Amino acid sequence: MTARERIAGNVAGYVDDRTGAAKWMKKNLTKVFPDHWSFLLGEICLYSFVILLLSGTFLTFWFDPSMREVVYDGSYEPLKGLEMSAAYASTLDISFEVRGGLLMRQIHHWAALIFMVGIVVHLLRVYFTGAFRKPREFNWIIGVGLLTLGIVEGFLGYSLPDDLLSGTGIRIAEAIIQALPLVGSYLAFFAFGGAFPGEAFIPRIYTVHILLLPGIFLALITVHLMLVWYQKHTQFPGPGRTEKNVVGYPLMPVYMAKAGGFFFIVFGVTAFLGAVASINPIWLYGPYTPGQVSAGSQPDWYMGWLDGLVRMAPPLETHAFGHTISWNILIPGLILPGIMFTGLALYPFIEQWATGDKREHHLLDRPRNTPNRTAIGAMALTFTLVSLINGGNDIIATTFHLTINQMMWFSRIAIIVLPPIAFVVTKRLCLSLQRADRDLVLHGRETGRLVRMPNGEFVEVHEPISAEKAWLLTSHEQIAPLELPDHDAAGVRRPAAIKNKIRNRISRATAVAVPKATETERRELEGHH
Amino acid sequence: MKRLSRLRRHRAAGPILLIFALFTIGTTFQVASAVNKETTSTADRAVTIEEGKQIFLKGCSSCHGLNAEGGQIAPSLIGVGAASVDFQVATGRMPMADMSQQAMRKKPVYNAEEVNALATYVASLAPGPQVPGEEQLNYERDGSVAEGGELFRTNCAMCHNFAAQGGALTQGKYAPTLMGVEPRHIYEAMVTGPQSMPVFSDKTITPEEKLSIIKWIKAAEAEPQLGGAALGRVGPVTEGLLVWTLGIGLLIGVAVWLAMKAR
Amino acid sequence: MSNEIEQIKDPGLPAHVHRTTDTDPKAAARAERQVAILFGLSALGTLLLIYSYIFVKEDIFFFIPVMGKTNAHQLGLGLGMAIALFCIGAGLIHWAKTLMPDEEVIAYRHEFRSEDEDRAEFIKTVKAGASAAGLGRRPLIKRTLGAALGLSALTPLLLLRDLGPLPKDDLTKTSWKAGTRLVTDPGDRPLRPEDLEVGAVAQTLPEIAPGAHRSLSDIGKDAVLLIRLRPEEFNLDAERLSWTHEGIIAFSKICSHMGCAVALYEQQTKHLLCPCHQSTFDVTRAAKVIFGPAARPLPQLNITVDAEGYLVARAPFNEPVGPSFWERSS
Repeated sequence: MTARERIAGNVAGYVDDRTGAAKWMKKNLTKVFPDHWSFLLGEICLYSFVILLLSGTFLTFWFDPSMREVVYDGSYEPLKGLEMSAAYASTLDISFEVRGGLLMRQIHHWAALIFMVGIVVHLLRVYFTGAFRKPREFNWIIGVGLLTLGIVEGFLGYSLPDDLLSGTGIRIAEAIIQALPLVGSYLAFFAFGGAFPGEAFIPRIYTVHILLLPGIFLALITVHLMLVWYQKHTQFPGPGRTEKNVVGYPLMPVYMAKAGGFFFIVFGVTAFLGAVASINPIWLYGPYTPGQVSAGSQPDWYMGWLDGLVRMAPPLETHAFGHTISWNILIPGLILPGIMFTGLALYPFIEQWATGDKREHHLLDRPRNTPNRTAIGAMALTFTLVSLINGGNDIIATTFHLTINQMMWFSRIAIIVLPPIAFVVTKRLCLSLQRADRDLVLHGRETGRLVRMPNGEFVEVHEPISAEKAWLLTSHEQIAPLELPDHDAAGVRRPAAIKNKIRNRISRATAVAVPKATETERRELEGHH
Repeated sequence: MKRLSRLRRHRAAGPILLIFALFTIGTTFQVASAVNKETTSTADRAVTIEEGKQIFLKGCSSCHGLNAEGGQIAPSLIGVGAASVDFQVATGRMPMADMSQQAMRKKPVYNAEEVNALATYVASLAPGPQVPGEEQLNYERDGSVAEGGELFRTNCAMCHNFAAQGGALTQGKYAPTLMGVEPRHIYEAMVTGPQSMPVFSDKTITPEEKLSIIKWIKAAEAEPQLGGAALGRVGPVTEGLLVWTLGIGLLIGVAVWLAMKAR
Repeated sequence: MSNEIEQIKDPGLPAHVHRTTDTDPKAAARAERQVAILFGLSALGTLLLIYSYIFVKEDIFFFIPVMGKTNAHQLGLGLGMAIALFCIGAGLIHWAKTLMPDEEVIAYRHEFRSEDEDRAEFIKTVKAGASAAGLGRRPLIKRTLGAALGLSALTPLLLLRDLGPLPKDDLTKTSWKAGTRLVTDPGDRPLRPEDLEVGAVAQTLPEIAPGAHRSLSDIGKDAVLLIRLRPEEFNLDAERLSWTHEGIIAFSKICSHMGCAVALYEQQTKHLLCPCHQSTFDVTRAAKVIFGPAARPLPQLNITVDAEGYLVARAPFNEPVGPSFWERSS
């Protein structure tokens, strides 16, 4: 035993004496993780969160979250002598007086954008592969919670510097609060400590942004990761992979090196963006005052779809019995997003109800094999994309020589018409891909080589696919549709008859599939080739 | 002939021929249009109201009327002053290429003397804003950058954007970028309110304040990229685009490399 | 049986394919060198960062294509950090891919569901504990506990009451009163009608006492936009027409939709455009909404001139300015 080994042994013994750690450390260091690039998307979020904590802490050492008025006397000439809030002035100081300050501000903001991008692509991967099914429904709900809180945290974060662009965003947020029936004006006055903008808002959202929400994030992310750890990660279907095993690499050393390395990659890419691309140049926006606004005012991208919905909303307001309800604000700002996020959170249960499938699933689906789910996802994506594009309609109009009026009307129509079209097209695409898979298994790969037979016939040579590939293309389950009865054994109509009928119909639509190729069919065809 | 026949059938023959044809057409057009440009700007004219009137009758009266009284398709120019003419014609907006509501800045048709003649003629029709002289435009001396920024953000940014990059108006019109615009033309635009732009009278924005605005615009134009590539100075839209293309692209690229089996 | 359909079988894990670094020691040495180079590059990156931080002055700019005139200090810090971090990551990943074992390992999942006996034991334990607590047998304790906890939940809500004042009539009142002069923003200069030409706009605020200070909350309600048209261009009823003066019309600058500043005036179309959500208002018809999500026109301020010829408000706004709220009656 070398000296190093002896010392390490003593340390380990010291810790194990007090915690019993050796047993579970040994078990967990050999834990197996499956390897696929799409499993790293969640890690992008996790590492971005760490980067946000680190860079954010740096910024808190210089940021002054106060709205009291100061006169700027720093090195940025075009703002010298102007009155502004201490929050804005301290952000200018971070940018121009603190070495590395502007870099850290930019890294922090780019990391926030990447965090949200990561959440979305991770969500899409989990959704389209069906990783949210039992036993992972709870983790899915936590994920949707992280998405929602991330949007809020990002909005509060870029509002802290109190510049013209983010202040405009706060004005709009206040209008949404104010529009709430019954309690709106009270909630708005409580949130802002009086009329907009007041002097209380920035210090208050500072507390939420650096303490409350990060605390909630830490707790949620910890539970999220612990569930993944305990339930073990899902894996893609393939040769040797079953519902009862995990095929991959051990935590130590492979996964530690790869995942640890990926942290440095994410940090490096974020730092690269912070180095070469300007983001949130608050010195150009100017300090916030309600009497000013810039053309082309948008929120950060993850709120762009909300802005787009608000822009395309019809001008509906009800005035009755001395009261006003602003549907033009409530529907796009609260009701529609509420429906979307609730639907998203409940989706695992909705799908379970539709298919009647209550079993555990650890093998992922290939999206083509679940055409209904994939099509619903495409529909939701289309809806979000149309609203996101409309959020930037004025910049798109000037760039591509369109009019904002055209963009608005296009969006109003497209958001209703395009999602169903996307559903139908995607479903058909999935079924075509299933058919192609089936042909591949039964007939082999088309090599493109033409051979002339002795009898004069031209045939294309097909190469049979490997056993591994054949298994990959046929290992999926094709769930039979539900056939819930509307009468019981004695012929009496059940109370849930209508619900069952609807459920049957939905599960039939969900179960539409091209039948898998079977070994029997392959053998039959072999005789013909 | 066998060699030529062989060359004709070479794989690269088609593309080479295409490139040659494009090059020929391109250079021919360049030369031809350059020749056209030469003939309009060589004449040396004396500045008289009569000269301006002649230019006006030839190039402007078809829309603005024989006496500049205006009509269905163009407004009256009586009282618009020399400043309006200098702005519209010297920036190439007039003569308008098409009859839309957006007069775009383009290469001017008339040279400086012709613009001067036109301006003098129109100014003679009725009193109106004059072209500011060099003394009046000494923004470096008379303007304040910080005050100019405040004035810009209150009066101009809602159309021209916070960094004077331009912005959308209704029905396809737009407020153009102010980058690369002569200080004289910025001043004249504020005074005359061209096309969709409102007028900023000297009592609402004083001449010194106008110079401050110009000083701020010029400072913004000259400002280097303090944080990196500016991404157009239009705000979060291009930032979001970058993160969804370069940002996630790089990260997914590395992820694919990470999970690939080594050779 | 010949009638049964046979599914395609799982061929099992494919045979392990060795990497060149597994079989060829020279390839392994090369991979090791590559990892070392990456870690070395990272160190260089850190050195670049340290050098830039200490020695590169913050006012040096140089031109880079695509990026423009770039700050050398900023770029040195950022690229140094980026290289330092990225190359550690790349080195770790390359090391794992080429040199660490890449034989696939199989682990087995166990069912999460507890054994039936465990479940029964659990239920028994909970039941025993509950009956030991005796809540079921002692409803007085249960009810009073419920009341105590429920009441104490009100405390945090109550303690938050002083977050802000009650709105009362704050949302309905502005600083504009009869006789308040309109002054320029910025500059605080009073305006006469002749100061505005046809087609001109002016950003205005209510005059305040000399030395007094306007808060942003005041500006957020009081900002007013003046526009001058030719009187014949108006399309107003008699009352609203009387609120204008010599073709000058005054509107609240705070958008009736969600509160952004509306001052984008298109002189030729006489339209006001709000840049936030593209609500469009027709000035000739008292800022009637003609496009976009705003549901109400901008409130119009009744203006006239005072004895010295300066523009003043004749009366306060006849309705609340800014976005709608529940208590707004119209």
